[in-house]
Amino acid sequence: MRGVITLVVFLVALAVLADSAMFIVDEREQVVLTQLGEPVKTIQEPGLNYKIPFIQKLHIFDDRLLYSDAEPALIYTQDKKNLIVDNYARWRIVDPLKFMISVQNVNNAQSRLDDIIYSAIREELGQRSLVEIVSTHRQAIMDTVTFRSRSSAEALGIDIVDVRIKRADLPRENKANVFDRMKAERSRQAKEYRAEGEEAATKIRAETDLAVTRLTSDAFQKAQLVRGEGDAEALRIYAEAFQQDPKFYEFVRTLEAYEKTLTTGTTVVLPPTSDFFKYLGKYRSR
Amino acid sequence: MQEYQFPNRPNFDLKFNPKMVYYGLAALVVLWLASGIYVVQPAELGVVFRFGKAIEQSTPGLHYHFPSPIENVELERVSEVKRLEIGFRTISATPAPRYQKIAAEAVMLTGDENIADVELIVQYRIHNVENYFFKVSEQAKAIHDVAEAALRQVIGQHTIDEALTEGKLQIQEEILIQIQGVLDLYEMGVRVEQAKLQTVSVPQEVDFAFKDVASAREDRERLKNEAEAYQNDIIPRTRGEAEKMMRESEAYKVERVKRSQGDADRFLEVLKEYRKAKDVTETRLFLETMEKILPGMQKFIVDTDGKGGLLNVLQMQKPSVGGN
Repeated sequence: MRGVITLVVFLVALAVLADSAMFIVDEREQVVLTQLGEPVKTIQEPGLNYKIPFIQKLHIFDDRLLYSDAEPALIYTQDKKNLIVDNYARWRIVDPLKFMISVQNVNNAQSRLDDIIYSAIREELGQRSLVEIVSTHRQAIMDTVTFRSRSSAEALGIDIVDVRIKRADLPRENKANVFDRMKAERSRQAKEYRAEGEEAATKIRAETDLAVTRLTSDAFQKAQLVRGEGDAEALRIYAEAFQQDPKFYEFVRTLEAYEKTLTTGTTVVLPPTSDFFKYLGKYRSR
Repeated sequence: MQEYQFPNRPNFDLKFNPKMVYYGLAALVVLWLASGIYVVQPAELGVVFRFGKAIEQSTPGLHYHFPSPIENVELERVSEVKRLEIGFRTISATPAPRYQKIAAEAVMLTGDENIADVELIVQYRIHNVENYFFKVSEQAKAIHDVAEAALRQVIGQHTIDEALTEGKLQIQEEILIQIQGVLDLYEMGVRVEQAKLQTVSVPQEVDFAFKDVASAREDRERLKNEAEAYQNDIIPRTRGEAEKMMRESEAYKVERVKRSQGDADRFLEVLKEYRKAKDVTETRLFLETMEKILPGMQKFIVDTDGKGGLLNVLQMQKPSVGGN
């Protein structure tokens, strides 16, 4: 039936027309519409849109935060040191029309941005010392670089949201120096620890020895005192007893001493006149 | 079926075809409509787009959207904790974990211009799926870059000793805050759950020097402990010795006193008897003593009238040395 053919043809025609007259802008996209090369409309809101078929043309751009990562670059710091700096930028196309006119596509934009950011980084890092870059002023430096690059990129319809130093490292040949310094620092520390150990040990030992000496000499002092008391007591007792008859004591004690000192083998020369031999002499003279 | 006859019959049979076309169209429409059925898995969340615009989110379960190109849906595993690694990559997690070192990411400068080797794991979760979808391209790479930059920035603000030892928790905390701050700036729709330092070490070139510091610290303790051991050993011993000296002196005193008393008593006893017969006792004591001592001695009885008497005696003694 003719009606059926008509329907099919109509549907196909409608589909073709719809395809070239209607277009969808995704949440992640923005669109510039050109008419015979002339930009006529910028659409940044997602949804269904219409254009004049065949005459108007779509240019789709990303509406998300885009990425640009430059090659790591060698930078000279203000204190004449080398640093290999690897940075990246996150940016967004805010004015697709400007963007289309100035750089056409993302690839071109990236190389332009690399230039802008590299010069900003170079300039900023050249005024900073290594410690500032690595440690103390990193955030401030990144903020400054972001701010400067942002104003340069504005003309491209681009908003640079963030320039970030991903890595800031020493070149390989400079690392050896750092390693040497690290080793020296550590060895100093190790020596200090060991010396501290010796210090503490020597101190403890000396204190111990002092305590030992004090204990023993204290004890000695007290012991001698006690001994002295004993001696004195003994002296008193002896004296008291011997005082009773000093002569007799002398006599007895002398005999005792003889017994002790004139032991076997002792040679004595005795005169025949001695008390012991007094009878001997008497006999001879008889 | 009719189709099989087509090659042999090029002329259209218009009487049959309209129905076929209607059925065909109807079938296509049904299929097309049916293509809008979709399932959201338990861990997932879906975002439904109508003409490219996000209109709603769908939770886990069976759902329907108008078929493409009117509506479509994108799914993302949002309740899953995602994980990224800096400084290394897990090649296989199980059964035996294997890791690959990525030195370019891990080796970095510290605040005191030392070089540290740091590995970090970041865990995050998507908390705003629309932002995650719409705001940033290459999300995973973005988070990785942010984390890497944050790690280096924070490590750059700490000394190597802090990174190696007591500052770890603080550093992790700062890294997490830093990452979250930048991701919020990007409106990523991501919440960082955890930033965890894995191994923090020093490059191989200086490893020995650092280990030596640790062993030096142990040496310090060891030396101290040894000295304390010496102290603990010798002080009680000495106390014992001192006590011993005291007791000995007391013993001496007791002995001295008792002995002297004994001597005195003895003397007094003897004296008592002696007084009864002084002369006889004296003589007896004398002679008894002489009896005791003289037998063992070499005796010379010399009349000392002559001058060289003693000399003679000494000469006499010479040949008989055996007398000793």
